[in-house]
Amino acid sequence: MIETRGLRKSFRSREGRQTKTVDAVRGVDLKVTEGEIFGFLGPNGAGKTTTLRMLATLIEPDGGEATVAGADLRKDPAEVRRRIGYVAQGGSTWDESTAREELVLHARMYGIGKADAHRRAARALDAFQLTEYADRKCKTYSGGQRRRVEIALGIIHEPQIVFLDEPTSGLDPQSRAHMWEEIRRLRADGMTVFITTHYLEEADALCDRIAIMDHGEVVAEGTPAELKREISGDVVLVGLDAAATAQAARLLDGEPYVNKLESVEEGGLRLYVDEGATAIPQILRRVDTADLGLSSIELHRPSLDDVFLTKTGRSLRES
Amino acid sequence: MKLARDTWLIFQRQLQLLLRNPVWVFVGVFQPVMYLLLFAPLLKPALNAPTQAEAYKIFVPGLLVLLAIFGGLFQGFGLIAELRAGVIERSRVTPVSRLALLLGRSLRDVVSLIVQAVIITLLALLFDLRVSLVDLLLAYLMLALIALMTSAVSYGIALKVKSEDALAPLMNTVAQPVLLLSGILLPLTFAPGWLQGIAEWNPFSWAVDGTRALFAGELGDDKVWQGLGIIAILAAAGVFWAARQFARSVR
Repeated sequence: MIETRGLRKSFRSREGRQTKTVDAVRGVDLKVTEGEIFGFLGPNGAGKTTTLRMLATLIEPDGGEATVAGADLRKDPAEVRRRIGYVAQGGSTWDESTAREELVLHARMYGIGKADAHRRAARALDAFQLTEYADRKCKTYSGGQRRRVEIALGIIHEPQIVFLDEPTSGLDPQSRAHMWEEIRRLRADGMTVFITTHYLEEADALCDRIAIMDHGEVVAEGTPAELKREISGDVVLVGLDAAATAQAARLLDGEPYVNKLESVEEGGLRLYVDEGATAIPQILRRVDTADLGLSSIELHRPSLDDVFLTKTGRSLRES
Repeated sequence: MKLARDTWLIFQRQLQLLLRNPVWVFVGVFQPVMYLLLFAPLLKPALNAPTQAEAYKIFVPGLLVLLAIFGGLFQGFGLIAELRAGVIERSRVTPVSRLALLLGRSLRDVVSLIVQAVIITLLALLFDLRVSLVDLLLAYLMLALIALMTSAVSYGIALKVKSEDALAPLMNTVAQPVLLLSGILLPLTFAPGWLQGIAEWNPFSWAVDGTRALFAGELGDDKVWQGLGIIAILAAAGVFWAARQFARSVR
C-alpha cells in the first residue's frame, strides 16, 4: 500500500543570524501492507509528522521515492491525494461551521456531487455517533467529538489509506478507548490505517505493525511481538541507592545468567536475563551476601519501551 | 470547468460564513460613512467647488477606492485564523484546485466590497451626488478589480508570514504611502510637482483618476481605460502569485 525508499527532508531554521539545517527525516524506507494498522512510534521531534506530511503530499521530499496507494508520490501527487485521507494532529474544523457542513464541503472538495456528499455526510455522522450534534457549530463540541468529526472528514471519500497524526493525543482515557474502536472499525472496513503515536500502549495494543522512529530514522520495524522478541528474555529492575549501584554492578556483571546490565540514572540496575523466574533468586542471593540494602526488585516482560531503549539508548518515556 | 466548480464551492462556503455574521460588512463600511458625513462637508469650501454635489463627485470615488484597498488588504487576517484552525491544510490534502482556494475567497471579498460600495453610493445620492448607471457600473468594475488584487495579495502575504503580529504592521506600512500617494482624500492636482511625479508610479493613483473621471461622466476620458487596464493587469498578477502560495507548502 505504501513503499518508500530513502525519503528525506531537511528544514532550514534561523537562529539569530545563523541559518541552521535540521535533517528532520534522513532516509526512511518503509513498507505498509494493505489492510493493516501501521504505527509510527517515536518521541516528539523524531520526524514522524514530517514523514506523514510528505506521504500526504503536503510537503515535498528533498530526496527519495515513494509509492502511495499505487501512485507515485513525486510524479503524480494529484492522484495520491485522490486515494488517501489525512487527519492532522492540530485539528481541521472551523469553529463557526457545523459538522454536517464541514463533511459536505470536504466531500465536495474531492469532486463528489452535492446529493452524494449529503448522503455520505449523513452516513458518516451516523457511523461516528455524531448525528445528535450534526447541526451545531464545531466550537460547541468536546475534544472527543471534534476528533471524531475530523476522522470522519478524513475518510468521507472512502480512501484506500488514511493517515492519522496522533489521533488520540489530548483525549481522556475513555475517549481514547473509543477512538481505538473507531480505528479498528476502519480496518474492518478494509481501509489501511497509518497512525503516528508517542504512546507505547497505543502502538502495542492497536497496531498490527510498527516502525520505531528516532532522530529522523527508522530504527526498528516489525509487529510489536516480533520487536519485543528481539530483546530476548526478561528485564529485572533492581532498586538500590546510588552508592550501592556501582558495587552491585561489579558483583553481577560476570554472572552467567545476566546477558546485559545497565545502570539506571536515579540509582539501581536494569538486568537483561533469559528467564526472570530463575534469575531473580540468584540475583537476590548475590546482592544479599554483599549486604547492599536492596530497596526493590521488579520483573518486566520486555515492552516496546525496552525495544526503544536498546535501539536508541534512551527511554521513550523520558524523551 | 473544475476550476469554476471548485471556486464556486469555496465562494459559497465563505459567503455562507460571512452571512452568518454580517455585522462585519457594516463594521467595514462604518469608517467611510463617517468620512462621508463628517469630513466631506468641509470639501466644498476647501476644494473651491461650485456646489456640494461637485465636491462629492471628487470625494466619493476616492473614498470608494480607499474602501476597496483597505477592505482587501486586511482580509489576510481571516486566513491566518483558518491556517491556525487547520482548515487550509485540510483543503490542501484534497485535489481541490489551489487557484480556487484563493479565488473563492477573493470573490467573496469582492462581493462584500460591492455591497459596501452600494451603501456608500446610496448615502451619497442623498447628498445630491448624481452619476449615470453605466459610469457607476464601470466604477464598480474598477473597485472589484482593486479588491480582487488587494485581497489576493493580502492572502498571499498571510500565507508567507503566518502571523497576525507580522501582517498588521506590514499592511499598515504598505497602505499608508499608497493611500497618501493616490490622491484619495484630495486630488493630486494640488500637489507640488515632485509629489505628482512620485504618484505617477502609484497604480492606485491611476485607479482613483479613472474612477473620478467616471463619476464626472467623462466615459471617453483616457484615464478610464488606463486605470482599468493597469488595475486589471495587477489583479491578474496578484491572483497568480497568491495562488502559487496556496500551492506551496504551508502549515
